[in-house]
Amino acid sequence: MATDILDVAGVNVAFGGIRALSDVSLRVPERSVTAVIGPNGAGKTTLFNVISGFYRAQSGNVMFAGADLLSQPAHTRSGVGISRTFQNIALFPGMTVAENIKLGAHAQLRANLFSAMLYLGSAASEERAIERRIDETVMTLLGLEEFRDSSVSGLPYGTQKRIELARALISQPRLLMLDEPFAGLPTAEKAKMAGQIRKVVAETSVTVLLIDHDMESIMNMSDQVVVLNFGQVIAAGTPGKVQADPAVIEAYLGAEE
Amino acid sequence: MSAQVSAAPAASFGRKALDPRIELLSWILLVLAMVSVPLWGSVYAVYMACLIAINVIATVGLNITVGYAGLLSIGHSAFLGVGAYASALMWLHLGTPLAFNLVVGAVSAFAVGLVFGIPALRIKGVYLAIATLAAQYSLYFVFQQWTSVTGGDRGLSLPKIDVFGYGDTGFYYVVAFVALVATLAARNLFRTRIGRSFIAVREKDYAAQVLGINVVVTKLVAFGIGAAYAGVAGALLAAFLRIVNPDQFTLVSSVFFLAAVVVGGRGSILGSILGALFMTMMPDLLREVIAHFSSEGADLASLLSPVREIAFGLLIVLFLIFEPRGLVGFVDRALGRAENVEARQEH
Amino acid sequence: MNLFLEFSLIGLASGGIYVLAALSFVIVYKATNIFNFATGEMMMFGTYFFYLFDTQLGFGWVAGLGMGLVSAALLALAIERTMLRPLLGRPHIVLVMVTFGVGSILRGFAGLFWGPNVRQLPEILPRKPIFLGDILVPGKLAWGFVTVGVIAGLFMLYYRYSRAGTAIRATSIDQVTAESLGINIRAVFLLAWALAGLLTAASGIITASVNGVTPQLGLVALNVLAVVMLAGMTSVGGVVIAGLFVGWMETIVGAYLGAAWQSFIPYLVVLVVMFVKPSGLFGEQRVERI
Repeated sequence: MATDILDVAGVNVAFGGIRALSDVSLRVPERSVTAVIGPNGAGKTTLFNVISGFYRAQSGNVMFAGADLLSQPAHTRSGVGISRTFQNIALFPGMTVAENIKLGAHAQLRANLFSAMLYLGSAASEERAIERRIDETVMTLLGLEEFRDSSVSGLPYGTQKRIELARALISQPRLLMLDEPFAGLPTAEKAKMAGQIRKVVAETSVTVLLIDHDMESIMNMSDQVVVLNFGQVIAAGTPGKVQADPAVIEAYLGAEE
Repeated sequence: MSAQVSAAPAASFGRKALDPRIELLSWILLVLAMVSVPLWGSVYAVYMACLIAINVIATVGLNITVGYAGLLSIGHSAFLGVGAYASALMWLHLGTPLAFNLVVGAVSAFAVGLVFGIPALRIKGVYLAIATLAAQYSLYFVFQQWTSVTGGDRGLSLPKIDVFGYGDTGFYYVVAFVALVATLAARNLFRTRIGRSFIAVREKDYAAQVLGINVVVTKLVAFGIGAAYAGVAGALLAAFLRIVNPDQFTLVSSVFFLAAVVVGGRGSILGSILGALFMTMMPDLLREVIAHFSSEGADLASLLSPVREIAFGLLIVLFLIFEPRGLVGFVDRALGRAENVEARQEH
Repeated sequence: MNLFLEFSLIGLASGGIYVLAALSFVIVYKATNIFNFATGEMMMFGTYFFYLFDTQLGFGWVAGLGMGLVSAALLALAIERTMLRPLLGRPHIVLVMVTFGVGSILRGFAGLFWGPNVRQLPEILPRKPIFLGDILVPGKLAWGFVTVGVIAGLFMLYYRYSRAGTAIRATSIDQVTAESLGINIRAVFLLAWALAGLLTAASGIITASVNGVTPQLGLVALNVLAVVMLAGMTSVGGVVIAGLFVGWMETIVGAYLGAAWQSFIPYLVVLVVMFVKPSGLFGEQRVERI
């Protein structure tokens, strides 16, 4: 049994009087793919935002690789090995594809103000090194070579999703959080995306935690599925086990989707 | 002059990069143009070239803050003032060399910038604009009222500086060299993680955080660099004009620099150069226009100052409405780099 | 102690001036989300309009006042319609820069038309001092304060109870919802700017009735911003309290520590508010969702 890299324990979040997450606990085993599903408004993105450090939990703990996460500000996540994507694709439209992906490695690059302004020695060589690494790894893996130097604005939606994934991968994270990686993709691209995610898990030591609505993709590619409804975990386990759970069936039939 | 400069580096961010060879060529042309001014230019041309170079430094600085990092600073001239007074005081009281005074100017403007920036940048939104406006008024007040140090309204007079015995020409080369270094440094900055983090913070601060960027620190650095550039420009201005007084650092002069950034092109080094060039020529142009249209014996000087305010304000408004990319937009179009013009989303 | 009371009354009275300009700022911010850095210059320009119609064109102060206020409102409408409307949907920083540019343009035109020297306004407010017990308050200041009170009161009634006021408030809470409920957002923007024009002109005229008007009158904007920040940007009622407080504090500090220190009060207020409580005393905390 693999150890758990992420341990969410008893997290509660409320906005005003509304409970967004109540007593949510889940464990993510290392090198697995764990999917969080649930109807709209179930609290999936809220959970991601708590782990990312955007929302403050009123109570509860989140441990990553044995260290407490919630006491640390959001920008420290990248340094400890957590990266994520966003539901609405958070790329930087004013930059090229390569520059966007380079930003994924921001926490690993060392240039400081002075070395950057001089752009000699270390600052220049680390830029060349990261460019090479991008070209040799994520660009080829995700088929982005032809867009390398284009501005990201105006690129097709599916391409933008892959760029965001590339940006999240370039830092070689230990935990990769994907917020709706399949949303808005045509069926063929969904399968491609699922294949690429599984390939990354197989080839690197990354652990994936993802949110989505697409049952088929999730059930096919996940090791573990956690179901949220009205901010509570109502089921967790292997895809087969969760699909057969009466509480899950009720939640989905009762919801609009 | 404009012909050489418009061929200058298009090292602006967010477009398809220019062919490195063309970029190198542009820099070489720019350097040649700068070096040659005293050879063909009149005394007045050298004077203007000095002023342009100083304004380029200040504009590049403000563009880092406003254009690249998306933080609105409306009190830029106050930081020029800090640099000017700090370096003038060093010179007058300790007799330190110019190079050292420039560093003092940069450091003191950076430090004073942080005093106003730290409270404002912890918060979201336009609070920096208010804080910089406060800086504008309160630093003017300090310059004017702290008579024992600043000389009050009369200001400080400085001795003539003679660089290697070449007088004004020698000084011009010093200014031009500093401007070139400052511009190259800014351009380099945006090839690295530091510059990228500024743009990331401007465009989507939450995504920047996920990538390991400390948003508050990044904003402070971006604002501080802008102030430090202003400090260097102020120190050079003091040495150039040999006088420092409060009326050089008013709100009008801050509008001037903001106009230079907007007119040239936000988030573009080339834009900063073009904007500073355009805006420095502007008052002379206005003087001609006024002289042309006003009756004989009219008080030109008293007309010039309100007309300047109108012109600066109008340039900001009209460019923001009709050509948000600034003069760089024109250059891109002229060079047939239309896809850059179209593809680039405004920030 | 009597002296302190006297200074306090004078301070509160001069704080009244900030209230109207601050209300104009808040109404524009609430309705359009635009941070209007031209507030001070609109105040100055409205005052010159009054001077133009009353003194220069000789319409007398009653007609001059009416024409001045209408012109100020028209100017505000023109600013909204020609310079800000085309920028709807553009980044926030662009709109703020435009208001800053507008301020510069207005300062320039005022300098061009009326020159740098002080122009005295006609004596409308009675000069005769008011005695409260044995405390003396200068007449213009006292009557100016009363006028401010009346205008602010009327404005608040309008804001709270009229259909238009309700539309503005609805828009400030949620533009999209307000629009879907049939509120004409563009009309709301125009209305907010027109009101801002009226309020700034009124505040400028009252201010200038004491010391006259110069193109630099708009530089009081930072004091107004200090008031607005202390109140919390969006609170109409808070602005009144904050305005009186800042005016009071300026006068007290000026009286006991000297005029030089008085000028530092607005900066101090701005910095302290940012450090201690950025949402101001009465501002709303908004949760931002990602």
